[in-house]
Amino acid sequence: MITLSHFIVLGAVLFCIALASLFINRKNVIVLLMSIELMLLAVNINFVAFSRFLGDVAGQVFVFFILTVAAAETAIGLAILVLLMRNRSTINVAEIDSMKG
Amino acid sequence: MIDTNMFQLVCFYAFAAVTVVAALGVITLRNSVHAVLSLVLTFFSTACIWLLAEAEFLAIALIVVYVGAVMVLFLFVVMMLDIKQEQVREGFIKYLPVGIIVALIMLGEMLALIGVRAMHQAVMGADPAAAAGMSNTAWLGTALYTQFLLPFEVAALILTVGVVAAVVLTLRQRTGVRHQQASQQVRVNARDRVRVVKMAAEVPAAPQPAPGKETTP
Repeated sequence: MITLSHFIVLGAVLFCIALASLFINRKNVIVLLMSIELMLLAVNINFVAFSRFLGDVAGQVFVFFILTVAAAETAIGLAILVLLMRNRSTINVAEIDSMKG
Repeated sequence: MIDTNMFQLVCFYAFAAVTVVAALGVITLRNSVHAVLSLVLTFFSTACIWLLAEAEFLAIALIVVYVGAVMVLFLFVVMMLDIKQEQVREGFIKYLPVGIIVALIMLGEMLALIGVRAMHQAVMGADPAAAAGMSNTAWLGTALYTQFLLPFEVAALILTVGVVAAVVLTLRQRTGVRHQQASQQVRVNARDRVRVVKMAAEVPAAPQPAPGKETTP
């Protein structure tokens, strides 16, 4: 019998894997973008599970909107990445420091 | 004889295991192309889990939108860029313990905070869409086009802005390059190109007898 906690635990595990990726892949912007996708996926799993178990359609509608915004975000992020590679010829996060932040 | 609930549970564990292993592959694989393909596998198995939760529309949308469009975009960019593997991998071993420790602590905190044991009583009941007497897609679409119509339009606007921003960002304007401008080529008239000058034909001057020795042959 699948219970709500199965979905929640799966979402938490996926989120923590993505979080660990932010630490260990500090040099590669592409993998950082992919771990953001993994985090959004974990959140979406939680939304779908709660929507299913509480019988509320709003959760699935919200997943739909998250998918939309994440697609736009990925397109813009990859465009920035291409621009960065063209101008600086690196995707190393540590070397992208022209704004002196 | 396996009953349906047990079979669903076995399927859930299988898909969840594939999801977690593929997600671990995304963050540890050396080759970026392999990492993207591993992310595709993660999305596929997550879509299967959503099918188990009877969210059919979102499962198919995840495959169509993510695997079909976003991941292909990722693959294009990864293959287009020339990434030096050894350069982007430095610091991997150094930060690995920190990453694992932080992730484990956060996982423990999350599981303790959300009270997994209390949710264990929440057994998956009847499908709410089926209880409302329609399919999952109709259930979602009804809410989307009535209750959430304004956010739906805003989402369309966001996608348009995203497309325009991506095009503008990657548009390259190089100076000193000669382009062919088709509109000007079409608009041009024949008389702009060739100018016919009317002028009197020149009559060559009559050969004049040269002074000197030729006068007396």
